[in-house]
Amino acid sequence: MRPFDYTRAENVSDACAAAFAPEAQFIAGGTNLVDLMKLEVMAPGELVDINRLGLDRIEESDGGLRVGATVTNSDLAADARIRQDYPVLSRALLAGASGQLRNKATTGGNLLQRTRCPYFYDTDSACNKRSPGAGCAAIGGETRNHAILGTSEHCIALHPSDMAVAMRALDARIEVQPQDGPAKAYEMDRFYCLPGDTPHIETVLEPGDLITSVWLPAPKGTRQVYRKVRDRASYAFALVSVAAVIEMEEGRISHASVAFGGLAPMPWRDVEVDALLAGAEPSADLFDEAADILLQGAQPQEGTEFKLPLARRALRAVLEEATL
Amino acid sequence: MTLTLTVNGTERQLELDPRVTLLDALRVHLDLTGSKKGCDHGQCGACTVLVNGRRINSCLSLAVMHDGDEITTVEGLANGKPGELQQAFVEHDGFQCGYCTPGQLCSATGMLQELAEGWPSHVSETLEGEYGLTEAEISERMSGNICRCSCYPGINAAIRQAGERA
Ligand SMILES: Cc1cc2nc3c(=O)[nH]c(=O)nc-3n(C[C@H](O)[C@H](O)[C@H](O)COP(=O)(O)OP(=O)(O)OC[C@H]3O[C@@H](n4cnc5c(N)ncnc54)[C@H](O)[C@@H]3O)c2cc1C
Ligand code: FES
Ligand code: FES
Repeated sequence: MRPFDYTRAENVSDACAAAFAPEAQFIAGGTNLVDLMKLEVMAPGELVDINRLGLDRIEESDGGLRVGATVTNSDLAADARIRQDYPVLSRALLAGASGQLRNKATTGGNLLQRTRCPYFYDTDSACNKRSPGAGCAAIGGETRNHAILGTSEHCIALHPSDMAVAMRALDARIEVQPQDGPAKAYEMDRFYCLPGDTPHIETVLEPGDLITSVWLPAPKGTRQVYRKVRDRASYAFALVSVAAVIEMEEGRISHASVAFGGLAPMPWRDVEVDALLAGAEPSADLFDEAADILLQGAQPQEGTEFKLPLARRALRAVLEEATL
Repeated sequence: MTLTLTVNGTERQLELDPRVTLLDALRVHLDLTGSKKGCDHGQCGACTVLVNGRRINSCLSLAVMHDGDEITTVEGLANGKPGELQQAFVEHDGFQCGYCTPGQLCSATGMLQELAEGWPSHVSETLEGEYGLTEAEISERMSGNICRCSCYPGINAAIRQAGERA
């Protein structure tokens, strides 16, 4: 690991000011950053510890719930209000990582965790995300944990989070304190960036921008399902995952928001899928049509072609369960 | 940097480079070699310790971030003689080479506490209510601890016995 300075911030403005310095980086649970620092995939010159800023509370607010950035994945999954009203989020969290990791992993860190593309991890391989302009060894290389939607000719890395997929289906908003100026809030599709020709830019965050919380609006559907398909039954990243928030009225789907993991560089959602489902009567044909829409622009590699039928079947199974 | 850890009930002052992980602080600087380094990347659970009562992977945590925390390692689980859980591991052959065992013991201690607090798991049927010490629940909740000798049946049975007696 490269040497770095360590600062423990006492309040939000000190934290933002400290992290504004070149090469400075926030550290929360450290479960992703310390891993990447050991491999020298990331090498910040300064770490700003944000664990003692009081951002570890879950509060009722504006008709929804405000989840502090340093609330751990364990605490969030076990929170009575989340279990009751946002079960898809509890389920997604519980499907991720391990008991030990969830005890350290935080809400903000989970949103910003880096890809698990093995070429990103291997500093001897070409990776545009790690060193812009170097090329992408994954394209034409060994692929499995890679994206098939939203990719570019420069990067096919995927966002590995489970939590963020559920949050996307729940219309979560990410709240950010910039180093100067007033707080900002982003819808998730505005928060993450597609790779294009700048795969190293993953979000809209600027230096010194601190995620302070995630706000969850009141849930728009009571039928919530998270399904994760992976290579082993536990402690593995998603090959494909689906989060659905559905409401039914008189046999018809009155609200649908469906988000996907394991498929794209960000927790994925397709407004056309949601629009097709809204107002429709559930049927196998409808769910197939939803999958057609979802996958119409998919660009799999040889190693990720299996995700097309897998995503279709996972979507169908989730919608069947949610509309039953 | 200077920091204070309370390790197994004793306050310890340390002067450390910020790069030192909690695992290395325990093993190298405090000579508590019970906690093991398997992968050093959060993938095996051999380094599991309890911090303020919760199980974590000490290999992915920087020691300086734990200033003021209470740490329990496998050395601190037994008060001079093996506890219920350790005894159960012996009775049920919960190990072969023993390398993963300190992590298994710390993890199981934290896991039983999580269960007592009513935390659900990925395999729980519902998100409300009490969760029993079924084989499936134990396996899922212990999936962060890999056993290279594959002693899972014994580990599972040992944890169930200790949990039921607690
Ligand atoms: C073996 C293993 C298995 C895993 N399996 C899964 C899985 O199945 N599913 C899954 O979803 N995840 C999985 N994970 C990933 C895990 O969820 C993440 O490592 C964790 O959520 C990151 O949170 P953290 O608080 O530890 O982040 P850190 O490592 O502290 O930080 C990650 C990044 O976020 C930045 N950051 C953190 N907080 C803030 C903030 N508030 N504002 C601005 N920037 C911030 C940091 O600067 C850093 O760049 C796994 C991890 C491991 C090691
Ligand atoms: S050594 Fe920490 S998880 Fe393997
Ligand atoms: S007993 Fe050998 S690794 Fe578990």
